[in-house]
Amino acid sequence: MCGIVGLFLKDRSLDTNLGQLLSDMLVTMTDRGPDSAGIAIYGEETAGRSKVTIQSDTPDVTFADFERRLGDLVGKGSSLRIKDTHAVAEVPTGRVADVRAMIDGLDGAVRVMSVGETMEIYKEVGLPKDVVSRFDIRSMSGTHGIGHTRMATESAVTTLGAHPFSTGADQCLVHNGSLSNHNNLRRELKRLGMRFETQNDSEVAAAYLTARMKDGLDLGEALTSALDDLDGFFTFVVGTKTGFGVLRDPIACKPAVMAETDQYVAFGSEFRALVGLPNIDNARVWEPEPSSVYFWDREASASRTLAA
Amino acid sequence: MPTFDLATQDLRDLNKALHTIPAGTNDLDYEILNPRGSHAVAVGCSDPLNISVKGPVGYYCGGMNAEATITVKGSAGPGVAENMMSGMVVIEGDASQYAGATGRGGMLVIRGNAASRCGISMKGIDIVVEGNIGHMSAFMGQSGHLVVLGDAGEALGDSLYEAKLFVRGTVKSLGADCIEKEMRPEHHETLARLLEKAGVTGVETSEFKRYGSARTLYNFNIDNADAY
Repeated sequence: MCGIVGLFLKDRSLDTNLGQLLSDMLVTMTDRGPDSAGIAIYGEETAGRSKVTIQSDTPDVTFADFERRLGDLVGKGSSLRIKDTHAVAEVPTGRVADVRAMIDGLDGAVRVMSVGETMEIYKEVGLPKDVVSRFDIRSMSGTHGIGHTRMATESAVTTLGAHPFSTGADQCLVHNGSLSNHNNLRRELKRLGMRFETQNDSEVAAAYLTARMKDGLDLGEALTSALDDLDGFFTFVVGTKTGFGVLRDPIACKPAVMAETDQYVAFGSEFRALVGLPNIDNARVWEPEPSSVYFWDREASASRTLAA
Repeated sequence: MPTFDLATQDLRDLNKALHTIPAGTNDLDYEILNPRGSHAVAVGCSDPLNISVKGPVGYYCGGMNAEATITVKGSAGPGVAENMMSGMVVIEGDASQYAGATGRGGMLVIRGNAASRCGISMKGIDIVVEGNIGHMSAFMGQSGHLVVLGDAGEALGDSLYEAKLFVRGTVKSLGADCIEKEMRPEHHETLARLLEKAGVTGVETSEFKRYGSARTLYNFNIDNADAY
């Protein structure tokens, strides 16, 4: 099973409600997967600065030490915002690589959830209601966000095995389904220099899209090429700094429903996830077609549907 | 007329009430408010009830229905009217995948579109879709009728047995062993009867093409009978 939700706001006056709306959507999907839950929020941007969201199983000791090391490395230009087992380090964008190198030197005490100018990812083992309250997701504002509640099939129930997966700056992916060619694809992507944290199939899908976008494709084009290269069952919802995309495999047995109004585009595994959205009774509600790429981008006027 | 408001009342209480209709009851009209995508709304009814659902439903609405007439004023999730035995289920919006799957009797009407696998393994149900249907519809259909006023997706009627398919629009592709067949007078009559029963007006049976099994797959070949 697994439950996935996504919300892309067109009406910026809803920004302050993003965390609340997305949390309610995700909690409604709890009975599709009780193993772990996660959420990616695209929030405020500060020019020239990036956020590195990290996680630790021993936050009390580890984050104090991390904050000291971060201060030593980056100096006054850094800050650390701690939220339960996660923390968001804000640093000048040019120093992100140094921070990652420092984290690599900590022998796994700290794991990187995401890196980006606007995106933060929070994910843990447990029910959606507990995960959203631990990280106070309801109070978060932002332009778009994606959530996932997991029923594990392809890898262990761990924090790193939870969705969303992020394999590139401000990029994330959630997946309902299972891929059958992920081992081969992982090998190929590793050869291209992609980095993997887990044995999870969905992480491979995320890395695949990251690699394609590195090649210069936009989100819509990367999703289109995924139809040729990914084998298995999938409904994906993906986010980039300014974009939001949906893709289903040609068989399309994993459920999906979308709604669009002047104010937002929303995705849910089931209609139940969408019933609390503003003015849902007058939204255009539809089931995304198999093998068809749907994406929206707030910068390019590139929002379109690509039928494969 | 009993009314259930699923915003405040429990789904199990609703279905229990629908399953325990006292003998001799005259008041057979039920109204269900605020389904908000709930699963299994009005499943397993076995009395001639008239149930009106005011809003979209989730998985398996009207599943296993016998006798009851269920109208959904909204869209339906996957598996609507799955394994229906008799009666009538009308979806005024769209239906998700495998609508009417394995249905043995009665009629399912979808005023909007149906997604993939509509009528998969149908065994006697009549399905009328006013919009389009998705891929692999009527897969392994054994009997009954699937009528589509719009277009059909890929692999229509793959591995079909004796179910009869009528499509007014285009068919993206036919599945294995499914072929277009001649519309003879008896097919026009059957189709006209189905359209009338579904409350569809303004279309002529001459606008439809009929599709059915070519009966060339392994199981149709008498030479394979001695394998058992």
